[in-house]
Amino acid sequence: MSETILEVKNLRTEFKREKSYVTAIHDVSFSLNKGEIVGLVGESGCGKSVTSMSIMRLLGDTSGKITNGEIRFKGRNLLDLSEREMQTIRGSRISMIFQDPMSSLNPPIRIEKQMIEAVRIHENCSKEQARKIAADMLHEVGIPDVENTLRSYPHQLSGGMCQRVMIAMAMACKPELLIADEPTTALDVTIQAQIMDLMKKIQKENGTTILLITHDLGVVAQMCSRVLVMYAGRIVEQADVHELFYNPKHPYTKGLIACVPKIGSDVRRLPSIPGSVPDLSVMPKGCKFAPRCQYASDRCLKGEPDLVLVDGRENHWIRCYLESKDQTM
Amino acid sequence: MGRYVVKRILGTIPLLLAITFLIFMFIHLIPGDPARLLAGIDATDQEVETIREQLGLNQPLLVQYGEYMKGLFTGDLGNSVKNNATVMATILPRFKPTIILTITSMIWATILGVFLGIIAAVRRGKPLDYFCMIIAISGISVPGFWLGLELIQIFSVNLGWFPTAGLETARSYVLPSITMGCGIMAILARFTRSSMLENMKEDYVRTARAKGLSEPAVIMKCAFRNSLIEVVTVASLQIGGLLSGSVMTETVFSIPGLGRLLVDSINYRDYKVVQALLLFFALEYIIINLITDIVYGFLNPKIRYS
Repeated sequence: MSETILEVKNLRTEFKREKSYVTAIHDVSFSLNKGEIVGLVGESGCGKSVTSMSIMRLLGDTSGKITNGEIRFKGRNLLDLSEREMQTIRGSRISMIFQDPMSSLNPPIRIEKQMIEAVRIHENCSKEQARKIAADMLHEVGIPDVENTLRSYPHQLSGGMCQRVMIAMAMACKPELLIADEPTTALDVTIQAQIMDLMKKIQKENGTTILLITHDLGVVAQMCSRVLVMYAGRIVEQADVHELFYNPKHPYTKGLIACVPKIGSDVRRLPSIPGSVPDLSVMPKGCKFAPRCQYASDRCLKGEPDLVLVDGRENHWIRCYLESKDQTM
Repeated sequence: MGRYVVKRILGTIPLLLAITFLIFMFIHLIPGDPARLLAGIDATDQEVETIREQLGLNQPLLVQYGEYMKGLFTGDLGNSVKNNATVMATILPRFKPTIILTITSMIWATILGVFLGIIAAVRRGKPLDYFCMIIAISGISVPGFWLGLELIQIFSVNLGWFPTAGLETARSYVLPSITMGCGIMAILARFTRSSMLENMKEDYVRTARAKGLSEPAVIMKCAFRNSLIEVVTVASLQIGGLLSGSVMTETVFSIPGLGRLLVDSINYRDYKVVQALLLFFALEYIIINLITDIVYGFLNPKIRYS
């Protein structure tokens, strides 16, 4: 069995809203093995990004806080570490890239300086050495004119180039885990494909584990070996990518897959899941998906199901009364 | 960058010409006959005519403008009616106190204002934020004349640490500087705070944290670096105001500065001096704007390369 890089156990993250706290992440547990790409999918507002920010412990600048659980990175609980210790992990052992590359780089600072800084925070090296590492990384991510790019300001680069720079910066210290929070959402389709290929290449060459957060199931099918489906701050289904696409169990996952338009099908109106993700402060009782679920019964409205193994499957977990047998994860 | 600076400097030339024309027209825009106004109600027609000739008001407008521009280039701004000296001799001694007061007020107000703004933004919603903003609001709310008088009462009269008036020693600049800088400190604190809060929400700040930068470095290198453009804008506007002299502070502390000279000259209808002062104030705004534009170029590469 391959080495577990990250293990999230019973994670609960809450946000302060006026005088009370609302739960954004509820009892989330999953693990990532070395070298695998795991997709985290779900609609906007389902808690994907909050999960990633919780792992990075970057909720400090929002009103959010982790109130329960463990985030074990190579056995060490990140929640026990001081902020200073976390700083040594961020960017060196766990890196992150974001949705909008154009606004994720500091506008008045040259790429060169931003990259050298990223290297020198963690590596004890001279400016020249750091610049060499930066240039090598830019070359590796397929930037054609490395010297020119290094001297550029972010606004002089295209979105795709900025995302390549972001990836180069994130990978400069050879992290073991890369969290990619919707890395292609803000890019056009051809660039999306290039960035995905690049991430796959990085994963293959460096053995980096990637947690890919996206709402694009096409991207998941192309990139990931395993998928976590999130809804209303909970993981509702977890399975290998093949199993999930060919044998989805949770009505929400089925709905998501049904929403993907298929080439050649003569559909006049795109299907959608009725309703929207519930507001954090007015969560329904019972299964959080029940109000939108066409199969919901009285039981679903009364009590919330646990995440349990699907009957007869080895690695397929589901949070639904319809398909589960009573075995908690 | 060089091209950007040259472009900005060349851009000020038409502006300067327009300003000289407006200022020249100043005397012609005064309602009624300026010569009559200058001579006074009791003056005879002969006296009014003499003044008109002295001022060259009987010549065609364009000739007058030509003469005015010639005077400008040769440093001849005419004579002051009030004290029988040239305008230059009247104004020049007033520069020093105003400039020293402007510089000293700006230095302390900027350092403290920016510092309070950053602290307040970083500690948003916490007691330190309220403390900094109470200082800022007090700075804006306290009237300058009252603050000046209180400072004189406490530090000059009661404690005897500083002189009550005049500008004989370096110490005598302290109380007027505090009085003049107080409002600016407050404005800068508030602008710095709001700009910092905006920038701290930006994606690049999150990136900086994600790459492992320490919190002070995130605040200074990312959030504050990007707030600088607003801080510079506000500060430059304030310098312009200060360089025109603060009539109130100069009156309270009996300082012979430009602000008081302007008011005195207006009261005495010493138009040549008023004209020269207006030109100087316009010039100083142009220069400050030019410097601000150049600083913008350094702070924001987007401006430099557009």
